[in-house]
Amino acid sequence: MSYVLGLKCRECGRGYPKDPLYVCEYCFGPLEVVYDYERIKKKLTKEVIESRPKNLWRYKELLPLDGEQTCGLNSGFTPLVRARNLEKALGVKELYIKDDSVCHPTLSFKDRVVSVALSKAKEFGFNTVACASTGNLANSVAAQAAIAGLKRYIFIPADLEMGKVVGTLIYNPVLVAVEGNYDQVNRLCSEIATIYKWAFVNINIRPYYAEGSKTYGYEIAEQLGWKAPKHIIVPCAGGSLITKIYKGLKEFKALGLIDRLQTKIYAAQASGCSPIVTAIKENAEIIKPVKPNTIAKSLAIGNPADGVYALATVKETGGWGGDVSDDEIVEAIKLLAATEGIFTETAGGVTLGVAKKLIEQGRIPKDESIVVSITGNGLKTQEAVVEKIGKPIKIKPNIAHFEESVKI
Amino acid sequence: MAIKVIIPTPLQKLAKNQADVQASGSSIKELIDDLEKKFPGLKERICDETGKVRRFINIYVNEEDIRFLKQDNTSLKDGDEVSIIPAIAGG
Repeated sequence: MSYVLGLKCRECGRGYPKDPLYVCEYCFGPLEVVYDYERIKKKLTKEVIESRPKNLWRYKELLPLDGEQTCGLNSGFTPLVRARNLEKALGVKELYIKDDSVCHPTLSFKDRVVSVALSKAKEFGFNTVACASTGNLANSVAAQAAIAGLKRYIFIPADLEMGKVVGTLIYNPVLVAVEGNYDQVNRLCSEIATIYKWAFVNINIRPYYAEGSKTYGYEIAEQLGWKAPKHIIVPCAGGSLITKIYKGLKEFKALGLIDRLQTKIYAAQASGCSPIVTAIKENAEIIKPVKPNTIAKSLAIGNPADGVYALATVKETGGWGGDVSDDEIVEAIKLLAATEGIFTETAGGVTLGVAKKLIEQGRIPKDESIVVSITGNGLKTQEAVVEKIGKPIKIKPNIAHFEESVKI
Repeated sequence: MAIKVIIPTPLQKLAKNQADVQASGSSIKELIDDLEKKFPGLKERICDETGKVRRFINIYVNEEDIRFLKQDNTSLKDGDEVSIIPAIAGG
């Protein structure tokens, strides 16, 4: 049974049927799913949610399917870790890591959006799926389309990390490495999408796909005991995740699943690609595109499609933005590993690095609840740290050589 | 002067269901005016009331975003390829 009424343009409000459409024909604004919240409110209680299996489909009334889910049946409901060692290191009272570096099956938050996108693509009757990706989306589309028996075409920038390439190829898709940055890959895919009638998860399936990110926000609130935290720091590439986390929390408030919503939301970007954070700092109305140059390749989107909405989310909640250098990204990756035993990818280094900076600057108070969004796994971006973590101590297999070589 | 213009899916209905068309103009502005002559109604979809390119539309000349060039004053020459593309999500 569906709770989806249709699609609606975010800019001019025109209504559209629930088809594989993604932009308004009149003003080109993005289309957004419209739900029947009155009916959802009658059905979706805390007790109902808590009685369901621990995956993202426990919130299924708030996801845009007409039928039952068919993909990503074990995705989501990742740990919300109380980070006591990191609290000490940063001098704060209450800090959590929402850890999507262990999301099933491909170790990033993209498993959430792809679960929804492919379930929806199957409902629409597509037999081929595709995406443009900085890596994590590629991994997830390749894996989940393999499970679903769909043909899969994946487009990536040619300079991606080996872990992301291997983590895609292993699922046997057609993997196309485009000579250019992500923005160029995206433009090419838009052109391809006008010719081939595939389900491009981040193009014609985008309104449905993007809704999957709300579950990251729902889980934070549920895992905190049906409460929203005071501060959430979110990495920004295209700007969709930050927008959807806030949308998720607003929906929970509207449905009465949380009592209060006073969460401030902060955008985190790498200094080498920070169009959204620059707009926040300059109080600009528009996002000026940039040419990315950063080790945080999963965030290297110079022309963020949802940039204006990311900006609006930060402004509306009273949050702020920050950016960090490549060195600061690596330091933050190492800090998270050394304190909490979590090995995150470069995007996670950006998020924690920015959180640290904003705490030091006094933008985020030390005595209120803070959630740091860790969205991907460090094993995929080993190039970023391999030269900066020392080397193994090589010894011969005897005690004497061990004692001589290893200082105890 | 012939310039190939790639038309995005939402506008193909107005362009007689073609995925690409030929048009002319020495700048993006002129090109949009020429498209309007050939396919009435196209301009108001691409530009807002003030005549500026809408904020959710990206225009590329030979694969380069015109915001890195001279916006809608970017000059065009015979054989150039122009893409009109709605902003798309990513990751």
